[in-house]
Amino acid sequence: MRAAVPEFPEAKLRELADHYAAAVAAKRRRFWLGAAVMVAAVLVAGWMGDVDLWKFSENFWRFPTYFVSIAPKLSFSSLWADLSEWLWGLPRWTRLLGDTLLIAYVGTLAGGLCGFVLCFLASANLVRSRAIVFVTRRTLEFCRTVPEIVFALIFVLAFGLGPLPGVLAIAIHTAGALGKQFAEVVENIDSKPVEGVAASGGSWLQIVRFGALPQVLSNFVSYALLRFEINVRGAAVMGFVGAGGIGQDLIEAVRKFYFTDVSAILLLIVVTVMLIDFVTERVRHRLLGMEGAGR
Amino acid sequence: MNSFRFDNQASVAERHPHLFRPDWWQRVKITAGFAAVVGLFIFGIVQLDIPFHRLSDGMSRLGGFLRLMVPPDPGSLSQAVIYLHALGETVAIAFLGTLGGALLALPVALLAARNVVANRVVHILSRRSLDTIRGIDTLIWALIWVGIVGLGPFAGILALVCSDFGSFGKLFSEAIEAADKKPGEGVLAAGGNHLHGVRFGVLPQVIPILLSQVLYYFESNTRSATIIGIVGAGGIGLQLAEQIRVLEWQRVSFLILLILITVSTIDWISGKLRFAIIGRREIA
Repeated sequence: MRAAVPEFPEAKLRELADHYAAAVAAKRRRFWLGAAVMVAAVLVAGWMGDVDLWKFSENFWRFPTYFVSIAPKLSFSSLWADLSEWLWGLPRWTRLLGDTLLIAYVGTLAGGLCGFVLCFLASANLVRSRAIVFVTRRTLEFCRTVPEIVFALIFVLAFGLGPLPGVLAIAIHTAGALGKQFAEVVENIDSKPVEGVAASGGSWLQIVRFGALPQVLSNFVSYALLRFEINVRGAAVMGFVGAGGIGQDLIEAVRKFYFTDVSAILLLIVVTVMLIDFVTERVRHRLLGMEGAGR
Repeated sequence: MNSFRFDNQASVAERHPHLFRPDWWQRVKITAGFAAVVGLFIFGIVQLDIPFHRLSDGMSRLGGFLRLMVPPDPGSLSQAVIYLHALGETVAIAFLGTLGGALLALPVALLAARNVVANRVVHILSRRSLDTIRGIDTLIWALIWVGIVGLGPFAGILALVCSDFGSFGKLFSEAIEAADKKPGEGVLAAGGNHLHGVRFGVLPQVIPILLSQVLYYFESNTRSATIIGIVGAGGIGLQLAEQIRVLEWQRVSFLILLILITVSTIDWISGKLRFAIIGRREIA
């Protein structure tokens, strides 16, 4: 048995089809409009940015050539001697890498502590005064918007060459970045423990300590570890402006065309960064897992 | 604070003694962790040989710089025009760098996503090379490109393209792997081939997420683009580094102010756009 499918009257069908066509056309129009704006933006930006495709295509061969020329000359018959010649500065570079890691660590911890203190003041759910919240937030914003290498440039003039300006620059930037992330965590906490401590007569410090802190600590540590990862990369280039670490040797090697040194230092930096990423990711997953189990 | 007691505390304590006993193991663990963190901090300060005697001196010098910075002043009108042009260059570098990195990263991200290319070797190789590229900082890329295409903003664009290529490749492939399998399976079941499945099953799901990630990176690249001028790759960083070196503090503060305004404007715009694209969703 076959039931007839009821058909729309012709007029209704036409109306629906028109609507569909209009919707499709509108979408298409929007797409082409967006594409046109995009192309215009690319052209303007290309003009602004001195993009010279001719020069680029003419010189592009230098890019792979550069990597070939910085590659170490290793031959199988004298592998060990070649390796030790390539990594001739290994003791010095390891020490500088260690310095870089320590700059990142000390900067992260110092900045993290500042951010930790400031984040509670920037949380609207813990602080009544709008003024304090506003001022703290703007301060944090300033600290994280000015790039750390700009701070480093200025600090090098004030404190002299060496790791101190690097540590300070990273600390300030970290305070801004972590302060904001911490404050966001604090604003999302469950308000009941806070109210509980307040209701039983706790002072503001006790509210923060017993009401807020236990809820946010694991998230804080996780964010701080992530920031440490970022700061290791940042500390690796601090030496470009004379603020300590491996960057000093790298920029010297690049500028003076010590080709194999460039590849050796780059390799060491990449390996270190990957190692740090791997370790911190492990720790962070464990922390987040612990938090999940606790809930 | 008064110590707090409740009525039947004795009986509760009797039934659950472990809740009232100090947990020594836990305390030892916490103390040890704390000691390690603080110890490494002190070791770092000693090892880096941080000269504390220079701290107070430097602070007073820094205060002097700050006093010299107000009011921010570009010097002259022609100077201000140069700075504004440099600012435009910076935004152009960020824009083209982000765009180029995203366009290059998309095909590689498809290769690196396990649900698109099931080959383990391809997956691992593409992931590791993306990690390597990501491990090199934007400033280092800028340094390399300056040596290839010469000083100027073009080197900055190429530097951002390279470093974004690594980050986008990773983010995109993770987003693609997190996509829902069912639409793709539906396309396969309706007789499409694997490519159809990717094009009509996976891409429509992930494109909005990818777009919002690109916008987010545009924000952060504006920050990066302000500094790559320090190694000669164009943009406002070149002017900034120059003015810091010649101690023209009023111009420095003017430039920093310009950067702050630009970055927050772009934050605001791209925040709006991101909201329009995916709503208030978390970016992985």
